[in-house]
Amino acid sequence: MISARNVSVRLDSRAILDDVSLDVAPGEVLALVGPNGAGKSTLLSVLSGDRKPDSGTVTIDGRDIGGIRHAELARLRAVLTQENTVSFPFRVSEVVAMGRSPWSRTPDSRDDVAVVNDALAVTDVAHLSERRFTTLSGGEKARVSLARVLAQHTPVVFLDEPTAALDLRHQEEVMRVARSMAADGRAVVVVLHDLSLAGAYSDRLALVAHGTLDAIGTPSEVLTAERVERVYGLAVDLHDVGGHPVVVPRR
Amino acid sequence: MVAARSVNTTLRGLTLTLTLAALLLGGIVASAVLGQLPVSPAEVGGSLLRSLGIQNAWAPTDSIVESTLWVVRFPRIAMAMVVGAALAVAGAVMQAIFGNPLAEPGVVGVSSGAALGAAIAIVVGVAALGDSAIALFAFVGGLLATLLVYFVSRANGRTEVVTLLLTGIAVNAFAGAGLAFLLFVADSGSREQIVFWQLGSLNGSRWSEVLIVALVTAIGLVAAVVLARPFDLLALGERNARHLGVNVERLRIVSIVIVALLTGVAVAFVGIIAFVGLVVPHAMRMAIGPAHRPLIIASAVGGAVLLVLSDLLARSVVPGGDLPIGLLTSLIGGPFFFYLLFRQRRQSGGWA
Repeated sequence: MISARNVSVRLDSRAILDDVSLDVAPGEVLALVGPNGAGKSTLLSVLSGDRKPDSGTVTIDGRDIGGIRHAELARLRAVLTQENTVSFPFRVSEVVAMGRSPWSRTPDSRDDVAVVNDALAVTDVAHLSERRFTTLSGGEKARVSLARVLAQHTPVVFLDEPTAALDLRHQEEVMRVARSMAADGRAVVVVLHDLSLAGAYSDRLALVAHGTLDAIGTPSEVLTAERVERVYGLAVDLHDVGGHPVVVPRR
Repeated sequence: MVAARSVNTTLRGLTLTLTLAALLLGGIVASAVLGQLPVSPAEVGGSLLRSLGIQNAWAPTDSIVESTLWVVRFPRIAMAMVVGAALAVAGAVMQAIFGNPLAEPGVVGVSSGAALGAAIAIVVGVAALGDSAIALFAFVGGLLATLLVYFVSRANGRTEVVTLLLTGIAVNAFAGAGLAFLLFVADSGSREQIVFWQLGSLNGSRWSEVLIVALVTAIGLVAAVVLARPFDLLALGERNARHLGVNVERLRIVSIVIVALLTGVAVAFVGIIAFVGLVVPHAMRMAIGPAHRPLIIASAVGGAVLLVLSDLLARSVVPGGDLPIGLLTSLIGGPFFFYLLFRQRRQSGGWA
């Protein structure tokens, strides 16, 4: 579905991404993990077509992502960014309905109301739908923004640290939403900091370090004590809980 | 739940429409009635009906009354309406692309840029070529000022209040200096015209001028309404708007041209009338919410109402005198702007 080949991004001659290749398939959750400044967000913006790589190609369904028009791209991929502010006091339901705008004047716009209500319910913000977005707490804003991305209903979904502002329960719920999107046959790429969360909910894990892909594979393949220690510079223990790796720093 | 709200929204919209319509009608009739030559409301109504080809008993028989209405008062009222609409829509569009409710053509210097353009046209003598030449110069001046403010005050897809206001100060200072220089070198006739531009007045509006302003305002209004949905999405920030399929670069450029057109044509014929673009969209947003399609349409009507009423006040507050209307709107708008600034500062906890 999404395919990156030999992608490099440079900023002032410094390589932020160096020769990264990866594929994302429909129906899977791919987690991007790695230390701060490793290049995860840059990789996400290259994959989502926000940023043109200095070399290499990104294709979506075999087509070069840079050659797709804004409006059509918005029906192919949705992006949840870390910046979730709204300039004017729109209501929550209006903000979520904005996710439907790429589908206006298409047959799919018939389902707008149902899709919006469904997105509000799944992200646990239905009770906020009449509130002004500007009056919400950080965690509520993050969930409403996720609802907007969900309402966009695209085959590919990018989530940039969707759990950053959330409490434990809502972290789990957001990742469950990501899983259910994958179960619908969509491709989900999610940037995460919590390795255990990534290990529990992703099909595959891509570990980014110093602008390169250090390892990619199933969580248990990628998350070894030796590798995490080397990449993060921190001694860790790895436990197995219900078949999922759990990373605990050695304290 | 979505359906329940739309009923509420429709109700609010209806209330606002009726209120604005009543205010506008009252303002128009009062403006036509008041003045040195007394005219009765019945005569105003009768004259209007007769112009539509309906003969009636109320229509004024005195030709002086008839010409006072059609040569002096009606064009002035019509000018107030179209200029008010133009400025309010320009304000709403500007706030949408800056993502900031404090953006306004007067505050950030677009109006003074346009006034400088108009003044250059007068001093250089281009004005002799006709009304549209001044309008063209005002448009170019406004366009340059808008572009300057836009590119200087934006960072990471948003505009911070401080940067926006500082840029406005710089642009206003520069345009003010330019105007002062032109005043210095101009002959007395041009000098008088330039002073008129700085203060703003609807006095002496002619139908031919009204027609130009009305035409440009109509174009700008239609363009702004067409772009209403992208403006909504832009409230999510530039990146998110792009993810939802908005061609942000193109939207920006088109919007800047719309703002410059609307402000330029208004300034070219009536001078600087500040704060209309600030007060009106803000009041409408409080009444019907921030969705841009209804907001832009309501702002156009609200702007017309505000200027008709302000002009009425300008004409009647000093007996026999005609206050510059720009003075009056600034008198109301200044404190209002201060209030908005104070509130935004308190909400964001600083000058962010």
